Amino acid sequence: MTIKRHALLECNDLWKVYGHNPEGFLKAHNGAPTSDDLHAQNMVGAVRNANVKIYEGEIFVIMGLSGSGKSTLVRCLSRLIQPTAGELIFDGQDILSKSDKQLIEIRRKRMGMVFQHFALLPHLTVLQNAAFPLEVQGMSRDAREARAREVIELVGLKGREDYYPAQLSGGQQQRVGIARSLAVEPDLWFLDEPFSALDPLIRREMQDEFIRLQGMLKKTIVFITHDFDEAIRLADRIAVMRDGEIVQIASPEELVLHPADDYVAEFTRYVPRAKVLTLGSIIRPGPVEGEVAGTLNASDRVDMVADQVERSAKDFNILDDDGAIVGHIGRREIIDVLIGREVAA
Amino acid sequence: MSVSELDIKTPRQSTLAWLRSPWLFWGGLLVATWLISKFSFDIYRAFDARWIIRFPDAWQPDFETRISDFMDWLLQEAQVFGILFRDVTRGLAAVIEAPYDLVVGLLVDGVQRGQGNQAVQILPPLSWIGVIFAVTAIGHYTKSWSMAVLMAVCFSYLAVFGQWESAMMTLASVLIAVPIAAGGGLLLGVLAFRVAWVDKALRPILDLMQTVPVFAYLVPILFMFGFGPVSALVATIIYAMPPMIRVTIVALRGVPEELAELGRMVGCTPRQQMWKILVPSAKPTLMVGVNQVIMLTLNMVIIASMIGAGGLGYDVLTALRRLDIGGGVEAGLAIVVLAIALDRLSQAFSTRTVTQKAAQSKGSFLQRHRWSLLSILVIAVTGIMGLGSTWMQSYPDAAVLSTGQVWEDAIGYINVNYFDALEAMKNTLLMWFLLPLRQFFAGIPWGWGLVVTTLIGFRIGGFRLAALVFVLIGLIILTGLWGKAMTTVYLCGASVAIASIIGIPLGLLAASGATSNRVVGAFIDTLQTLPSFVYLIPVVMLFRVGDFSAMIAIVAYALAPAVRYAAHGIRSIDPQIIEAGIVSGCTRWQMMRRIKLPMIVPELLLGLNQTIMLALSMLVITALVGTRDLGQEVYIALTRANTGQGIVAGLAVAFIAITADRLLEASAKRMRKRMGLS
Repeated sequence: MTIKRHALLECNDLWKVYGHNPEGFLKAHNGAPTSDDLHAQNMVGAVRNANVKIYEGEIFVIMGLSGSGKSTLVRCLSRLIQPTAGELIFDGQDILSKSDKQLIEIRRKRMGMVFQHFALLPHLTVLQNAAFPLEVQGMSRDAREARAREVIELVGLKGREDYYPAQLSGGQQQRVGIARSLAVEPDLWFLDEPFSALDPLIRREMQDEFIRLQGMLKKTIVFITHDFDEAIRLADRIAVMRDGEIVQIASPEELVLHPADDYVAEFTRYVPRAKVLTLGSIIRPGPVEGEVAGTLNASDRVDMVADQVERSAKDFNILDDDGAIVGHIGRREIIDVLIGREVAA
Repeated sequence: MSVSELDIKTPRQSTLAWLRSPWLFWGGLLVATWLISKFSFDIYRAFDARWIIRFPDAWQPDFETRISDFMDWLLQEAQVFGILFRDVTRGLAAVIEAPYDLVVGLLVDGVQRGQGNQAVQILPPLSWIGVIFAVTAIGHYTKSWSMAVLMAVCFSYLAVFGQWESAMMTLASVLIAVPIAAGGGLLLGVLAFRVAWVDKALRPILDLMQTVPVFAYLVPILFMFGFGPVSALVATIIYAMPPMIRVTIVALRGVPEELAELGRMVGCTPRQQMWKILVPSAKPTLMVGVNQVIMLTLNMVIIASMIGAGGLGYDVLTALRRLDIGGGVEAGLAIVVLAIALDRLSQAFSTRTVTQKAAQSKGSFLQRHRWSLLSILVIAVTGIMGLGSTWMQSYPDAAVLSTGQVWEDAIGYINVNYFDALEAMKNTLLMWFLLPLRQFFAGIPWGWGLVVTTLIGFRIGGFRLAALVFVLIGLIILTGLWGKAMTTVYLCGASVAIASIIGIPLGLLAASGATSNRVVGAFIDTLQTLPSFVYLIPVVMLFRVGDFSAMIAIVAYALAPAVRYAAHGIRSIDPQIIEAGIVSGCTRWQMMRRIKLPMIVPELLLGLNQTIMLALSMLVITALVGTRDLGQEVYIALTRANTGQGIVAGLAVAFIAITADRLLEASAKRMRKRMGLS
């Protein structure tokens, strides 16, 4: 990361411990109890010593199986639950010291959240649901409904404003959930397993929709999922969690290439690598010796150029962002990736 | 079963294991109690110790007088923030009375000026045509044309059969009591949900309210508010509110966590969180509570008429006192019709689908409000025209149909032709079942009773339960009501036994197929819709006053939970277990005996619990037909306006109820645990 980016949300040494007198327990162990300590006193370390920086404009995915603490972590980050210890900084301000009133103000104007089971209010129409966050702020009816119509159109539900949630399919309901969370134009957008409750085909469609929206909106996003494929597809960076601890934070490609431990490696084993790896990660050093088939960019993903490389008997030079040659590849490297042979790099 | 279990676990103690056998405990206890009960009188003679069978007066703290004195002090001298308590109750009465007068004016009396005989009617009440049209429109709005037809039929029935005025009077008190009870219950429930200590404080009060018979608080209410519709409304509201509080708490807790999180994420203030998110999301469940409030209000109609409510309840009560069969049945049926109409309407309202809501919110103002506008139009037109032609204003007397004579004749016919058969049935049951049971319970000396119940409590629920039972039963003994309490237990026990014998097979039948389920379900629904008093009328006509009549009325009233829980138990058995039985080649009988029945025992115990609660609440009502139990004690207190006596006897009933409730709940829990359910 060459450019120093602004971290919108940042947490340091964050703990969430359940059990009897968790604060006292943490203090007694100098703020860093081990698994054995927790176990010995029947405490549950739902989030243990989390350190996360979320940069402006990135999609930050928190990935973990059920019970890994990802939901607790995101609820600490949004302060839906109070962390036991640690520091939470949103846009330079310490969130944990805010009063309820200040917190309400921050949430109303700057945060949005999409829920796993949609959390639509059953007694309100699509339009009223989408306008709900604005209604809570006391915005006039005309203004809030105009804004709600905009976001409903944005998520492709124009024409269904007067439907009730029960009259919509699961995918459509989540579109309403997304529209509602966008109505306040949040700076920070939490999505808590937004597509987990949907059928696989619809899930795929919603992921595409999400990518399209993010292409237009460029929000800062914290996205929770238990689906590694989904994480790989959407993330700029992924935090893998297990037993309340963050095992690794890295880009999808780094995760695949350098898993921190066997646990992460287990996830990455069946990932279609061609979709994750860039050419830069599989190059052989130096320019092509002999005839050159052409040039390709180091940041291209393997699956985007696989056909082209395979069809040519000759090798390609690989250029970095500045146009300098950083190495070369041929059919062999591409096929290694496609059939999952151990990559030399 | 548990004997063999013990054998396996502790082989060395196997010789002693039979001592722990449940058969020995329960059998021994029963035999000992039976012997003591049978010979208690002889024992007292032998030792010349009367205290054995009768708790000495000298040992009784005089609870009754103390409570009565306290009530006197409350009403005469007590002050709340410097205001006389008396004035507080008066203010409260005025707050309730004003809207009540308004509604009564609308439905029954019209607007009047002047007092008493000099009153001049300025405006007539709403015409019967207008009211019927309005409720029909409401029926159509909430559900469908069939609902509209039901409403029209029900209300037309009231007019055609000459019950209109009384029914409107009753409707007026329902219209006042239901919003106050439901609204108050909602507010208290919300408070309990948000404030932990309110919840903690309310819980035991709600438990107690559920078990205290209504009559017990009729007396203090009568004392504070005087005889009249206000007292009746206050009693009704107190009676109908607790379930609403419970439903509210449950409903709010049942709102998905995600919705609460949504509220906080969009920055709701606590108030917005409650009223914009939690309460609207919980509305379907809350409406179930409102439905309950309506049914309980109608249940109270007759009882409330004892302290001054007019209307249908008053008609039934006077008919019952005059032994006027026809009039009683007519007014009773009118209550049933009203209850069915309001029950179905409120149920339909709570199950309204969003499709309906969406369809009804379309169109112009005129289209959306065509029904309400039309209703107003009809009311206005019939009101104006009614000034000229009276048949439009009130249903013409000449066209009233009376069924009173039909009922008289029917009962007369049965009495003439089947007297012997009915009498034989009654006598057999009395001779072989009720009287021996009564002697058994009446003979138990108070000391042994205390020992037995405490032992049972210890066996089922350990030390804590034993302590609770000891205290509750001990309190009953201290009040000197042990004998009456035992009569109560006998009557209640006999009724519950019979209700279970009839109800459980009915429940099994209901669970065996779709058709039988519909038939039994409809039967039970109807039984539950009827106000408890209505059962008394035909029973008294056929069997005259006495324990037997009381028992039949109680059985009819308390049958429903036995049926419901048995059916529910069978339905909730894991289908895989049934399949395992089929695969093992069980016959139908084996399936029932070896698999289904053992599986539903915990459910049956819960049903039994409910049956006992209903039986106890009915007991007080059956005091009207001459029983000699705690119910009678409460009833006497009511007629004498003796606050202390009423409260003490009412609490004694409540203590019996709580004891039964805790014992059954504990054993159901034990069994579920043993069977690995929950």
